[in-house]
Amino acid sequence: MIISRRTNVLLVLLVLALVIGPLAFIKGKFAGSDDQGSAAVAASRPDFKPWFEPLWKPPSPEVESLLFAVQAAFGAGIIGYVIGRIHGAAKERETRARSAATHVDH
Amino acid sequence: MHIMEGFLPPAHCIAWGAAAAPFVIHGAVKLRRVMREHPQMRLTLAASGAFCFVLSALKMPSVTGSCSHPTGTGLGAVLFGPQVMTLLGSIVLLFQALLLAHGGLTTMGANIFSMAIVGPWVSYGVWRLCRSLGWSIAVALFLGAALGDLATYVTTSVQLALAYPDAASGYTGAFLKFVGVFFLTQVPLAIAEGLLTVVVMNALSSRTNLLEELGLIRSRAA
Repeated sequence: MIISRRTNVLLVLLVLALVIGPLAFIKGKFAGSDDQGSAAVAASRPDFKPWFEPLWKPPSPEVESLLFAVQAAFGAGIIGYVIGRIHGAAKERETRARSAATHVDH
Repeated sequence: MHIMEGFLPPAHCIAWGAAAAPFVIHGAVKLRRVMREHPQMRLTLAASGAFCFVLSALKMPSVTGSCSHPTGTGLGAVLFGPQVMTLLGSIVLLFQALLLAHGGLTTMGANIFSMAIVGPWVSYGVWRLCRSLGWSIAVALFLGAALGDLATYVTTSVQLALAYPDAASGYTGAFLKFVGVFFLTQVPLAIAEGLLTVVVMNALSSRTNLLEELGLIRSRAA
């Protein structure tokens, strides 16, 4: 443990506050900063045109958000699996160590 | 931090690609060595890559009324070294360029340089510095991940300014303009990334001797 259980809960709540806070208290369009960067380039050069187009584009914002969700879900699934495996193995080791200890006693 | 497809002049694309390539190759070599030396770490390695996958997919609202996304490269950079995260981060960027039309193949070198090279190295450097000052694992990890995230976006601003200097105020003016787009939006997200990195590291390392095995802390027995 690098932090206490209470700190752990506190950190998760802080992350939630950091994300929900702006949504609740700030009025904005919440456009993506990556696209704003592109827009700033285009604004400074009136004749600007990207010289290369993506090979494939998601056909709609819905499909794009689906793919982003798939990316996040895939990653979260792996992390959850790994944490589960690590803790399961640790539990197994502890149980075995305990039963070995009682064996020696007899 | 993604520079979109076709948004950097060809000469810049080639230059950033050439600058990034040796780091990616070194990353592949380092990854193989980590797998050979710590075969039991394969799961943790997968989790580090997956963390980058999740965080770079999450576009989160920020105090500026804009959205941006964290990078998730700090965790793996501290655990396995920045070189490994260069390779894993490049895979994430390739996936996003091909399937999401986010970032691009022509701007791949520049995007790898900001998210998968500068970010992880800054995270690693800050982590080492904080640890050498005797600060706790949690604080060092938080600062490493958060500052690596910010450094990635500052690098993007430099890259865009080098390609598109302002007619009146030159490179400096252009840099300030692009930093204005990215930096403030990124601050709360970098803090969130730092906190999440600590939470995930805690889950990965509690009840195991992960940190001792990777030599991040001295084992209690020794």
